[in-house]
Amino acid sequence: MVATALFYIFAAIATAGAIMVVAQRNPVYSALYLVLTLFALAGEYVLLMAHFIAIVHVAVYAGAIVVLFLFVIMLLNVRLEERAPDAFRYMIYAGLPMAAILFVEMGYFAFRGFQQAMVQGTRVGLVESIGRALFSQYVLPFEVASILLLVAMIGALYLSKRKLEIVAFKRPRSKKERLKVMMYEEEH
Amino acid sequence: MNVNLTGADFLGILPIIILSGFGVVLMVLSVFSQRFHRMTIPYLGVVGIILALISNFFLIGKDYLAFQNMVRVDWLTVAFNFIFLVTAGLSLLLTTSYSEQEHIEFIEFTPLLLFSTVGMMLMGSAQNLMMIFLGLETMSIALYVMAGFRRNHRESLEAALKYFLLGAFATGFLLYGIALIYGVVGSTSFTAIAQYLNKNALSPDLLFLVGTGLLIVGFGFKVALVPFHMWTPDVYQGSPMPVTAYMAVGAKAAGFAAIVRFFTLSAAQIAYQWVDVLWILAVLTMTVGNVLALVQKDIKRMLAYSSIAHAGYLLVGIVADNDLTVPAVMFYLVAYLLMNLGAFAIALIVSGNQERRTRIEYFKGLAETQPMLALAMAICMVSLAGFPPTIGFMGKFYLFSAALYSGYVWLAIIGVINSLISVYYYIGVVVAMYMHKPVDERRIEQVVPGVGLVVLVAVVGIFIFGIFPGSLAGLFG
Repeated sequence: MVATALFYIFAAIATAGAIMVVAQRNPVYSALYLVLTLFALAGEYVLLMAHFIAIVHVAVYAGAIVVLFLFVIMLLNVRLEERAPDAFRYMIYAGLPMAAILFVEMGYFAFRGFQQAMVQGTRVGLVESIGRALFSQYVLPFEVASILLLVAMIGALYLSKRKLEIVAFKRPRSKKERLKVMMYEEEH
Repeated sequence: MNVNLTGADFLGILPIIILSGFGVVLMVLSVFSQRFHRMTIPYLGVVGIILALISNFFLIGKDYLAFQNMVRVDWLTVAFNFIFLVTAGLSLLLTTSYSEQEHIEFIEFTPLLLFSTVGMMLMGSAQNLMMIFLGLETMSIALYVMAGFRRNHRESLEAALKYFLLGAFATGFLLYGIALIYGVVGSTSFTAIAQYLNKNALSPDLLFLVGTGLLIVGFGFKVALVPFHMWTPDVYQGSPMPVTAYMAVGAKAAGFAAIVRFFTLSAAQIAYQWVDVLWILAVLTMTVGNVLALVQKDIKRMLAYSSIAHAGYLLVGIVADNDLTVPAVMFYLVAYLLMNLGAFAIALIVSGNQERRTRIEYFKGLAETQPMLALAMAICMVSLAGFPPTIGFMGKFYLFSAALYSGYVWLAIIGVINSLISVYYYIGVVVAMYMHKPVDERRIEQVVPGVGLVVLVAVVGIFIFGIFPGSLAGLFG
């Protein structure tokens, strides 16, 4: 009972959020409503016993991707309440029928096909079972992924380092040379 | 699920563990050590590679699956590890003088190269598409960065960006293919794929075939097969010379490791489906590579197109798909390693400060100023062209006889015609060295010990395995 009630609450929030994403004029608000929608969807995943996907959903979509959206919006410095160009005004005549078709299509299949596909009581999506799989069956790929991320990190650091260093090639032989290298290092 | 990891599991990836450990330690060392001591880091990297090579000997004669069927430890693993480690070691020796030549600090270079080699070794021993993907990405991401290591040069950054964007695109194909195959088989393990194909050899699911095709695109990009080769010349030209050498040999060998592991060993049941595709790709790759190499004026671009052509020759062995395939491909990979690293090492010496002298005309008169170097280059070129008694000839002989053994007469004929075309541009370098006056008479190329050692290893290897091919071919069965 509670689950069903929660399902409808989350569904309502997600739908309302999605509508607001499109309806808002200010792109920053749109992005923030997108976060709301994604959170509501994550709630639905929890109800489906897919805890891991719920967490990843929040972390990746709400956390990383929307932040990226916001960055781009702010970097591009989009003016508040940017008016849609005139060319887009006629798109509504194409867009509405398309949306209606998509809605009917998805509704049809949702009522016809996916009802049996509801899986009850499975433990596949739990954090625990995914953790177990990661540390038993997939322990080697898991560890290799850490090397992969390390490589990507070193690479990003090297390529974004501001200044190229010039090497002091020879080992300094005398005091004077050592002083020279030290001064060089201080300068840079 | 309970899981028991035994010592055998860890022994199977011991070279990988050693190399990753060295990579991490060297990275930390390079940050905290004094400036002058950083010069020693490439040498420490070579020490790590030698240790990994020694640990590789413990795997000889073993044949088992490790880490829940993720990794296969067999003679092929040992052979591929050997190829990757030697490539990495020799390329690292090339960089010892390079930072001086280029005035860039190569601190992060050694760890990146070691990690990249780890990725290659994972591909060579993978028994699961997921391992192939992770290995390929580890190798590639390190290579993207290494290609852009001359950050003060536009062409190097261009190479890095091109390689990265196109590489990411190709990885998308590979992942799509893996996803489709997983969808059909229900597992990414090669064992499960082979079982599935045993049951459905005559009518595999269409999605499986589409997935296999996407894998061809993904691997074909890495080894530069012809419709997917566009990045090669620009990336090879823009990358630092040691990286070009490493990329040309290592990445190609790793790509072929994946192809052998998946197509030859796991998907052999549906060979009738993919052989024709690879036949066409082999012919295209050989022909386009060789014909375009004819007009190149830059030694790096010339070697880039030549490497495309060599991928075509290797593909001939894969197409043959018989008992000779794996030994012939392995033999040719060793041959390709020796002659290409030798050629790149000499090109590195000739290119001089800041790699300004990469055009072939700078080889003019090398026989007068540096006769030994010219002789070594001539040997490498002759071997690349495939003349006896060099290893290049024996390698091609094995590949084409594998093709003939399976009845691909036309493929072998096209291969031989292509070898004849390639003679023109390889001998062009020799002609420039021996029959022309030097451009700058006073200039004498300096050979530093590390690079000289690479040239020596290459030349000795080319002759020893060219005259006694049995000593090497015997190892591959």
